[in-house]
Amino acid sequence: MIDYSKILSDTVQDIKPSGIRKFFDIAATMDDVISLGVGEPDFQTPWSVRKAGITSLEKGKTKYTSNSGLEALRREISNYIDRKCGVNYDPLHEILISVGGSEAIDATLRAIITPGDEVIIPQPSYVCYEPITQLCGGVPVIIETLAENDFKVTPEQLKNAISDKTKALILPYPCNPTGAIMEKADLEALAEILRDTNILVLSDEIYSELTFAENPHVSIASIDGMRERTILINGFSKTFSMTGWRLGFACGPQEIISQVTKIHQFAIMCAPTTAQYAAIEALRNGDEAVADMKAEYNRRRRLIVDGFNKAGLTCREPKGAFYAFPCIKSTGLTSDEFCERLLESKHVAVVPGTAFGKGGEGFVRASYCYSTEHIIEALKRIEEFVKENSK
Amino acid sequence: MRNELLKLLSTNARYTVEQLAVMLAADTQAVAAEIDALEKAGIICGYKTVIDWEKVDATSVSAIIELNVVPKADLGFEEVAEKVASYPEVEAVYLMSGGYDLNVVVKGKNLQDIARFVARELATIDSVTSTATHFVMRRYKEMDVKLFEGESDDRGTYLL
Repeated sequence: MIDYSKILSDTVQDIKPSGIRKFFDIAATMDDVISLGVGEPDFQTPWSVRKAGITSLEKGKTKYTSNSGLEALRREISNYIDRKCGVNYDPLHEILISVGGSEAIDATLRAIITPGDEVIIPQPSYVCYEPITQLCGGVPVIIETLAENDFKVTPEQLKNAISDKTKALILPYPCNPTGAIMEKADLEALAEILRDTNILVLSDEIYSELTFAENPHVSIASIDGMRERTILINGFSKTFSMTGWRLGFACGPQEIISQVTKIHQFAIMCAPTTAQYAAIEALRNGDEAVADMKAEYNRRRRLIVDGFNKAGLTCREPKGAFYAFPCIKSTGLTSDEFCERLLESKHVAVVPGTAFGKGGEGFVRASYCYSTEHIIEALKRIEEFVKENSK
Repeated sequence: MRNELLKLLSTNARYTVEQLAVMLAADTQAVAAEIDALEKAGIICGYKTVIDWEKVDATSVSAIIELNVVPKADLGFEEVAEKVASYPEVEAVYLMSGGYDLNVVVKGKNLQDIARFVARELATIDSVTSTATHFVMRRYKEMDVKLFEGESDDRGTYLL
């Protein structure tokens, strides 16, 4: 009999599967589950954007684009990043259009990591950075961000994590799952440490439009001296409710983007053509739709944070993304136990904080990509659950 | 706050004052006072429930009736519109631009019921010169609410 463990790479076999699958398998057997589990918008892609995709199909725009993506789209992205972040990228040499932000993260890490290199990853954070680093032969160095620091990376933590093997820092803000953001002063403090090094910052800014602080999102690329050492990654999924279109982009110095493009060229060829045409429309005329969605997210955000606190689960104000990250330590349960029991007894699905790194223990992630009615019902059941489970 | 509050109430009149206050990041008492003021000013005119009557009482029938009207010298369309609106059978009355004057939504027990109402009541009003009756065959959406089975949430729940 064939021994598949001999077939599969050791690295791949060492990667842990995503921990939350089992919850959704249980949830799938129940017919009245109220889920707060999904990490993607519930809004439809704005109609004009869908229409632009349809029109491109009608015109027969169904061939490959250039490897880097449509020039018209790269120009729009260049304008957009300039407008939003105040950083200028040459659309011809410094922008790569990718299959979602995910591919840009993967290709960038592959372009920079030589086996043995260390990559600093703040956690709790989105689940892809650690396995991709490992697949490249890199060594993940985890920074555990703390609730009392609003889940920000502090300069001290960064200093302690840096060694002579450090290749890159991942900066995943606004942050899934914590909802944390890094404001200008926070970024300045990190830049101070990074400025004279050969450390690259991979700034995953996929939630950049979804911030609810006084000031809009700041990209670390806009901080003095950081543009040359930053790859800015963003995309259309969260901002324009375009998850299924699979479209993102990376912006950075030509020296790096050209190498990332090489990987993209051989692995992917080009991002989906229909999605690229739709994205041009999104960037040209999507501002109003984005503002409407953001206003609705904000109402839901206030509702869910208030609901968790009233239920007795301390929930800091998440200033970005679309998740609340309440602390469940008052119940005496672990994150896993909390989620499993909540699902079994109240049929409400949330994600254990530990799915996003060990530091997520004691927290759960609740998405508010749901209607307010849905959120209100979920909160009602969670409040009952906490009452029944508090000592 | 006023516009956002109205927008929220127009989507769901059953939000509690506390829930509204949280969503609007406003004070509960201020929201209660604002709702009160909106009601007194006649801006909020009522709270109703969206009902799919077909699931309850399949025999009820609605029609949209186009009325052509000769406006009165001083009163324009007001007098006849008010008269039409005062019938309990009438759900809505709109003054229209274009090919006819008043759009009247009427509800009745059955076709005959509505036909009788149009012939005896609406058509006999002095200034009404013609009527055209269109019966509603099926309702798909009522007050922003879809009345058919909506798309299920097919988002990939296993993804983070």
